[in-house]
Amino acid sequence: MTTTPEITTPPKELKPAKVGSRSSIAWPLGFLGVAVLIFVLNQWILPEASADVQSGFREWLPMSAVNEAVLWAIFALGLNIVVGYSGLLDLGYVAFWGIGGYVAGWLMAPFANQVAPQWNNLKISVWGHPLPGQDYGIHLNFWLVLIIAAVVCALAGVVIGAPTLRLKSDYLALVTLGFGEILPEVFRNGERVGPNGAWNITNGTKGITPVDQIGTGPFQLIPGVPDLLGPFDLTWKFIVYGGLLALAMFVSLRIREGRLGRAWLAIREDELAASMMGVPLMRTKLSAYAVGASFGGIGGVCYATHVGGVLADRFTFSVSIILLAMVVLGGMGNVWGVTIGALGLAWINSTGLSKFGDVYNDVTGGNVNFASHNFLIFGAVLVLFMLFRREGLIPETRTKQVLQEPERGEIESLGAEMEGTAEDTAAEGAHK
Amino acid sequence: MTQTAVAASEVKPRRLPREIALTLTGYTLLALVLLWALFQLITKPTEFAQLFIAGLGNGALFALIALGYTMVYGIIELINFSHGDLFMLATVLSGIVCVSWFSVDSFTLGAVGAVALALVLAMAAAAALNVAAERIAYRRLRRAPKLAPLITAVGLSFAYQWFGQRQFMTGSTSKQWSTMFGSDGFNIGDIRVPYTTVIVIAVTIPLLLLMVYIVQRTRAGKAMRAVAQDQDAARLMGIDVDRTIAFTFAMGGALAGAAGLLYLQSIGTSNYNLGFRLGLIAFVAAVLGGIGNLQGAVLGGFIIGILQGLNDGLGLGQQWSQTVVFALLILLMVFKPEGILGSPTTEKV
Repeated sequence: MTTTPEITTPPKELKPAKVGSRSSIAWPLGFLGVAVLIFVLNQWILPEASADVQSGFREWLPMSAVNEAVLWAIFALGLNIVVGYSGLLDLGYVAFWGIGGYVAGWLMAPFANQVAPQWNNLKISVWGHPLPGQDYGIHLNFWLVLIIAAVVCALAGVVIGAPTLRLKSDYLALVTLGFGEILPEVFRNGERVGPNGAWNITNGTKGITPVDQIGTGPFQLIPGVPDLLGPFDLTWKFIVYGGLLALAMFVSLRIREGRLGRAWLAIREDELAASMMGVPLMRTKLSAYAVGASFGGIGGVCYATHVGGVLADRFTFSVSIILLAMVVLGGMGNVWGVTIGALGLAWINSTGLSKFGDVYNDVTGGNVNFASHNFLIFGAVLVLFMLFRREGLIPETRTKQVLQEPERGEIESLGAEMEGTAEDTAAEGAHK
Repeated sequence: MTQTAVAASEVKPRRLPREIALTLTGYTLLALVLLWALFQLITKPTEFAQLFIAGLGNGALFALIALGYTMVYGIIELINFSHGDLFMLATVLSGIVCVSWFSVDSFTLGAVGAVALALVLAMAAAAALNVAAERIAYRRLRRAPKLAPLITAVGLSFAYQWFGQRQFMTGSTSKQWSTMFGSDGFNIGDIRVPYTTVIVIAVTIPLLLLMVYIVQRTRAGKAMRAVAQDQDAARLMGIDVDRTIAFTFAMGGALAGAAGLLYLQSIGTSNYNLGFRLGLIAFVAAVLGGIGNLQGAVLGGFIIGILQGLNDGLGLGQQWSQTVVFALLILLMVFKPEGILGSPTTEKV
């Protein structure tokens, strides 16, 4: 960082980012089209197919795993804004997932009347869709809760971000890690807090179940669309989550082209230079946290409706790490890379690995339990990627250049040559 | 890096009112914590002393792990996330040596020998593994952006956890091991001191002193400090940078190995994911003392151990111990990011 690195390969494609909304709308729309196709396939075509095709499909791409992967992708896009766009290393992203989840738990579940003893007659419903027989507590409409969770998480992001503004990369990572460790503990132990343990804010490890259904609003007028998406309407939920993912992509792509996005990139590349050029560091960094966190809130609410509840045990540090891996392996800063990385890794984690294991065992007659080796596979993939393809699966052009340039020492930049090491790396960079 | 005279003259220490307010708030919070501890000491002296001793034992372990963290960070600025898992592997290895090979379950002469052998083996194995990891994974990434080695460390951490998960290691649930002392101890007045705490401290203190001696008095230590300052300059001065870094990793690994054995002897259980949590706490200890600073890491380890011990018994209770540790970390980051003994770093431009 101390010198201007010599660019060994001339920057080939430095065409200006396409200004205008065409690409940022077209791609998410394209994705939405794919999502609709998958939906149609699952909803109408697959039931007509032969039993073999059907069971194979359901085994390899079970709808619940697909839904979960889509949610992971929303989270990964949120983290991508913080890490990939603005270069602020965040190791506590799981906190926002949790906050979003608990917002859903408070606002769309019967749980609210257990919070304090005097609240047990509470019955509020704002276009809510409680499960049958669960209509006490607070029930807000799913779409309202999405907005509320996004706002709450954005505020939480600012609160978490504010004390870290003075800090540099590693220290920043540590503080976010601290928050990412504290909040899950609050969720786990929040059963008896306040004076004499009178308040139950999270229901402890028991978690909050059930969470309300998703109302379809005006869409239920379309024939065939159910008015409520309950726990088993997986394909219908898929279209909801897929739509939200498309929205997240759109926001990611669109915001990047604007003033704020360019300020983020500037901060990522060189904070000091950016501030000299008039980028307000504080506001820009805080807005990165806020926007990234609000994605987490939206994803958290969706996740609560996906599992039908909020469980404190889900919010562990490893989630933050897996999300970071998705961002890095997919290609930091590149919306498509991150999305594909997230979908792929999430699918491999949930079904892919065990299915590949089954195939391998069938073919070779072996008896290897692939799922028990997931730590090794995941770890090895991370290490190998970092060694041989640091910029990720689908790299962002800019990141690729930065990551492949040899970083040269101060003395070298003054003309001294170091034992050939710098040349070697330079040659290596030019090869790729 | 070196600072030119012009740049140095331009940097004038200016105390903004906001910074003074921050410092004051920091000291107030610190004073409140001390007052609370003092209050507990006066009202419940026995309990306090009991918890203090337990905290001291834990603090010594944290200090050992934190030293490894802080040395690696000091030399190549890498948060070595796999360090805690290395400690976990050493824990299991020492358990295998002590229990499966020699069936240590009581305090006899043979048992002492077996534990000593396990200590040496665990230290050697952890050091070798750490050096191998450095050679294979980190060396190539030395000039890469910081995120790359960090992710590599996480990947290695997963790989170690996988190894710990194997059936011959600890399996995927936690495993009980018999230990030399079990829960035996002696009494000083009303206060019960477990033998294991004594052993932990008796092994830890010499190791820590040895480490400080190596870093501050020997040639290798001098080389380490030079490399930590500026790798290129050190290379120009004829220091073998690769070897020095490998040496640092070896020493950090050996300390983690020793901590593993001591942990097993005092707790008696192992779990494949215990390293991560403990490693994080140790890392907080390293940061607390001022990362890159050996004495700071030891001090931080003891502070965290004692605070955690007091919190478990007299404060919020054990279920909040993680929160206490990380709240401490965040407060420290806000008020004094360089740590207790660390020196403030100037921004490299």
